[in-house]
Amino acid sequence: MKEYYELIVIGGGPAGLAAAISAKENGLNDILILERDQVLGGILNQCIHNGFGLHHFKEELTGPEYAERFIRELDGTGIDVMTDTMVLEITKDRTVCAVSPKYGYLTLKAGAVILAMGCRERTRGAISIPGTRPAGILTAGAAQRFVNIEGYMVGKRVVILGSGDIGLIMARRMTLEGAKVLACVEVMPYSGGLMRNIVQCLEDFGIPLYLSHTITDIRGKRRVEGVTVSKVDENRRPIPGTEIEFDCDTVLLSVGLIPENELSRQAGIPIDPRTNGPMVDESLQTQVPGIFACGNVLHVHDLVDYVSDEAARAGAAAAAFVKNGAANEGYRLVKTADNVGYTVPQKIAKDAQQVQIFFRVRRIFEESVIEVRSGETLLAKFKRTHMAPGEMERIALPKVLLDKAGDEITISAKEA
Amino acid sequence: MKQFVCIRCPRGCRVQIDETTLETTGNSCPRGAEYAKDELTNPTRTLTSTVIVENAVIRRCPVKTDRPIPKPIVEDAAKALDGMKIEAPVRTGQILVEHFMGTEANLVATRTIGKREDA
Ligand code: SF4
Repeated sequence: MKEYYELIVIGGGPAGLAAAISAKENGLNDILILERDQVLGGILNQCIHNGFGLHHFKEELTGPEYAERFIRELDGTGIDVMTDTMVLEITKDRTVCAVSPKYGYLTLKAGAVILAMGCRERTRGAISIPGTRPAGILTAGAAQRFVNIEGYMVGKRVVILGSGDIGLIMARRMTLEGAKVLACVEVMPYSGGLMRNIVQCLEDFGIPLYLSHTITDIRGKRRVEGVTVSKVDENRRPIPGTEIEFDCDTVLLSVGLIPENELSRQAGIPIDPRTNGPMVDESLQTQVPGIFACGNVLHVHDLVDYVSDEAARAGAAAAAFVKNGAANEGYRLVKTADNVGYTVPQKIAKDAQQVQIFFRVRRIFEESVIEVRSGETLLAKFKRTHMAPGEMERIALPKVLLDKAGDEITISAKEA
Repeated sequence: MKQFVCIRCPRGCRVQIDETTLETTGNSCPRGAEYAKDELTNPTRTLTSTVIVENAVIRRCPVKTDRPIPKPIVEDAAKALDGMKIEAPVRTGQILVEHFMGTEANLVATRTIGKREDA
């Protein structure tokens, strides 16, 4: 049993797989992936719908097919994989403690660590819906696992709260499996899901989408018997007199995803409260040298293709860290202003080359402009014809431009 | 006039199309006209679902049509998969049903699933 690896990757989903493969391509030979499930692939295994890989592979794949492409790439690379292995703790000096039925309790040391634990779904408790507490209320992702992997139907008459992509996908899936999906209810005035899913998962089946509405009551003793849906005002408060009653036996929640950072927090890695993921520099290194983060543990992505790209950058950066150690001449902070919710990275090394900045806007924009400033100086402008909170934005800043900035740059968005 | 929300890019233009002349308005680029025409005259969708897999460690095998099928038969096609059983081992891309529902499309597995050791 080896006790030291150049790189340990925590999580064997799309981020972990792409990170490990990239680290190998960038010269590391001694890599271990730790995965708590029995198989690699993470959440992709239950995402049986298609639409993955259009950017990365230039073809449309289902989730399991996308995962399998990466899993097959591992063959012959010599990358070690331990499945069924749960990481219990990581420390700042890159000690990783894990437990597996096969190897028992493990204490491993690593030259670099990549966090790729993904995210989990916000649950009912996190948004506290009034009403009783019957069976039949579950997250869209849990329902997806039951239906697609375990082969159990979870209900016959369904109301979906939230219009995140998993909820929309499950609206179609439940319909095709014979359930009646009565409504999809979204508290915001716009959907958080991709337009493609609104059209192909709701409109195709005539499922109504109630924007600016929420569930204000759940009824039922043992099993859900019905819900009350009300319109909300601009402060998201229910408006009396607007109630609609639905008789249903199931409520699916698709109300957001939260990066899963228990291990990172425990290790003392600073977390950005806006992303719920670690603060990182442009190499995706956290505030703790040698520990990197990528994929949905860093910030929630809408396309797995972008997860793979990000993870490949983290793998390359981790390889450089193992070979050359940490080196930089200080950082510039990346701040947000008008209408921009967060950025990744949150800081940029002063000697960085071209840097990509990812962010989300807070509302929907048509003809608009993204501005990059340093103090009062406008460094760059990027035009957009459409931006929405459900779609991650990306801008690239070349070194010549960054060299003109002071100790901070600020990203903002406005109508053109 | 019929209206479609174009989904060829995230912008989501509302494209109106005339049923007889097939002239479009509201699309910001030519792809929107093409999309509305397809949706009006021959809408198609790729069906994805699962079937029962026996002698494997998991109970369901994900499947898809290897090309889009006409949208009006999607729900019947999904029903036709009820109760369908296959046996492990199965590999990704393996054809399970040729000319599925009388279309050009084959039904193929989308996951490689090994045989259970004790099976
Ligand atoms: S018409 Fe063109 S710009 Fe508009 S949504 Fe379709 S592809 Fe995008």
